Amino acid sequence: MRFFAPPVPSPALSRRRFLVLSGAAGAGLTLGLPAVRAAAQPAAAAGEAPFAAYLRIAPDNTVTVLSAHLEMGQGAYSGVATLVAEELGAAPAQIRVDGAAGNPKLYGNLAWGGAMQGTGGSTAMTSSFERYRRAGATARAMLVAAAADQWGVPAGEITVEGGVISHASGRRATFGELAESAARLPVPAEVSLKDPKDWTLIGSETFRRVDSADKSTGRQAYTIDVRLPGMLTAVVAHPPRFGGTVRSFDATAAKAVKGVVDVVQISRGVAVIAEHTWAAMKGREALTVEWNLEAAEGRGSAELMAEYKRLAAEPPTAVADRRGDAGAAFAGAARVVEATYEFPYLAHAALEPLDAVARREGDVLEVWGGHQMPDLYQAMAAEIAGVSPENVRLHVMMTGGGFGRRATPDADVIVEAVECAKAIGWRAPVKVLWTREDDMAGGRYRPMYLHAVRAAIDANGNPLAWQHRIVGQSIVANTPFAALIKDGVDVTSVEGVSGTPYAIPNFTAELTTTSNGVPVLWWRSVGHTHTAYAMETMIDALAKAAERDPVEYRRALLKDHPRHLRVLDLAAEKAGWSEPLTPGRFRGVAVHESFSTVVAEVAEIAVDDKGGFRVERVVCAVDCGVAINPDQIRAQMEGGIGFGLGAVLHSQITLTEGEVDQGNFDTYEVLRFSEMPRVEVHIVPSTAPPTGAGEPGVPPIGPAVANALAAAGRAVNVLPLAQGA
Amino acid sequence: MKLTVNDREFTIDADPEMPLLWVLRDVIGLTGTKFGCGAAQCGACTVHVDGQPIRSCVTPVSAVEGQKVVTIEGLGGNKVADAVITAWTALDVPQCGYCQSGQVMAAVALLTETPKPSDADIDAAMDGNLCRCATYQRIRAGIHEAARTLEG
Repeated sequence: MRFFAPPVPSPALSRRRFLVLSGAAGAGLTLGLPAVRAAAQPAAAAGEAPFAAYLRIAPDNTVTVLSAHLEMGQGAYSGVATLVAEELGAAPAQIRVDGAAGNPKLYGNLAWGGAMQGTGGSTAMTSSFERYRRAGATARAMLVAAAADQWGVPAGEITVEGGVISHASGRRATFGELAESAARLPVPAEVSLKDPKDWTLIGSETFRRVDSADKSTGRQAYTIDVRLPGMLTAVVAHPPRFGGTVRSFDATAAKAVKGVVDVVQISRGVAVIAEHTWAAMKGREALTVEWNLEAAEGRGSAELMAEYKRLAAEPPTAVADRRGDAGAAFAGAARVVEATYEFPYLAHAALEPLDAVARREGDVLEVWGGHQMPDLYQAMAAEIAGVSPENVRLHVMMTGGGFGRRATPDADVIVEAVECAKAIGWRAPVKVLWTREDDMAGGRYRPMYLHAVRAAIDANGNPLAWQHRIVGQSIVANTPFAALIKDGVDVTSVEGVSGTPYAIPNFTAELTTTSNGVPVLWWRSVGHTHTAYAMETMIDALAKAAERDPVEYRRALLKDHPRHLRVLDLAAEKAGWSEPLTPGRFRGVAVHESFSTVVAEVAEIAVDDKGGFRVERVVCAVDCGVAINPDQIRAQMEGGIGFGLGAVLHSQITLTEGEVDQGNFDTYEVLRFSEMPRVEVHIVPSTAPPTGAGEPGVPPIGPAVANALAAAGRAVNVLPLAQGA
Repeated sequence: MKLTVNDREFTIDADPEMPLLWVLRDVIGLTGTKFGCGAAQCGACTVHVDGQPIRSCVTPVSAVEGQKVVTIEGLGGNKVADAVITAWTALDVPQCGYCQSGQVMAAVALLTETPKPSDADIDAAMDGNLCRCATYQRIRAGIHEAARTLEG
């Protein structure tokens, strides 16, 4: 997801910004001075050299990289580890990664301007590319200087490779042996970074994920696994409709459940606090709450969609993009194609349900969680606890999937944990755990949207006019990110339609922003989850009207966009686009830019005689700048395709009279094992700074499959496909 | 009641209806087995009972009294498990990793029963284990790789 401003505007501009900001942030590497540490960082172990904010080298020779970005599965930890190891000359095996939080000066996201720490918008590598290489190079320079001092040899004769510092005289030392003396030396004002041609880890298959072994053996700890002395576990009864509040509650039966310790009202509901999870769950079942639903959202999703359809026929609330005069140009149309698309609410449904742990001892509040926007969470937790933000220590936990749900501007589960611990007088640490049903019905969905599109081709089959109207809720309205609304347009509602790279002489993108009580949020690839579907299926419809091949049609319209052309050509070539298919097989293509990365996907489906279909194969081509960890980019494309495919095939959150209809994975279906297509990923070689990888694989899969279905004679404009077909 | 988990005997004082999952996690303190749905819909809580993969989130603890429970923490010394974990690590199967304890337990049960599984065998054995990161392709590759290793 993206929080700030347009995606990295241009490589040149963003590069300049990196240099300026990383210079400032480099002060954090000061060796010999008291280490600049985030409040959340544990004090260095005795004897450990304080290699400042981004990495520490311990006497046992381990290098611990402190990641500014949350690891949710997307590989951010392995990415920053690669960048440090490359410049430091470390051996991959000696690298560990911990999450860091609590000091935006050190960890601010440079792709967002640097003022705030956060993970989102597929920016972790963009933000880290310069910062973490520079950190590695600085530490290396200081280790070399320490060796030169000790050995009495010129620094220029010393080499560092595979975690060993050595000199032709035969002298050798490990990082751990020199870390302490290196820490007493002045920080070099300037360090030079390796020439990319000398990279041995960046771009290679050598550096593997740092967390695979722990995650394959059950050793990896997540927030749900935090166990503290005396810790209690809470589950929260939330109102059955969004916007409801507690009128009164009767805790008698809940408190009678063995193991239940307390029942308390918090701002979002009533919490049952118990010695263990099962008791808390049983206690909540026994709890009686009377809700005040007067101000709650009482409409169903079908009524909301009917309202959207009505609004789509009225003038829009804002114009997001305009070129030429689309309205007038329709007069010269040879053919007009129209479509109305319906996109449902979607839950993130990460497999680790939402959870957080809070403990206050004295003036220090500690919060364990998936801290995707740590500065915000720290401030909110501080306010509830009545302590200063510096006294809030955030323990950044590995997160069992996020997909946007851990970047919640109102910090919902963190607020609940702190409120619960406060409500019992801070007498014990409290873990709040949402059940699957809590998570499914808990809101913060990908918004429901309606797109009404009308497009025309001229006598030569080329696009002549395109009118695109989008109706739906704003994700950023009434959040700290409301500055993303410009002239009435929330960019997250229209990104992917606005500024389309296709050569369309007369184009209008309009937006009607709706408002209702259903809370919404960014969901892996945000606006592109729906805009790519509408754009790419409509382009296919125009190609069909023009009786042109979909790949050729796109090529002609993208001739000034070399990155688009390259991925389109690569995917088409690898998929054998021009080769005939066996009967019952159909292909569809889509190409889309999101988070400054361009991805093309060709989906091949097999249609059966009962009207069913299966996605057999997906060929993906991606241009995301320098591929820091090529195998992790492949993994993100594979995963993005599977995640997006499950949603377009099956997933939808619906409401009836304000209540969410889905509760668990039996009713909110996602992609299952046997549905995963064979995915092939091809990475375009690039020397440009890295762009996003976590999200850009998602947007093209829906329209690629839909275009294959349309080729089979079944255009679907209402998602999910299982329903729309 | 008495429970055998990973070859160790535990005497548990718990509601007999408490799901095995919460006994493992909250009472015994083995947190490698994960909570994902509480309704046998996702497979994150998969453990072995007398060698069979079961969903611990819907299995009352009283139902496994006297049987051998093996969790992800208890796979040490299991040749099939070693091959699976080695393949998982070599192929970088996990992303967020939260489902992977369950995936590994399901894969070990499959390969123990069916040393050379076909793709259809794998689909049938693994379809109940959700992965929201959609690492399915690598899980399939990992199972095939482990089968090859075990063949010698």
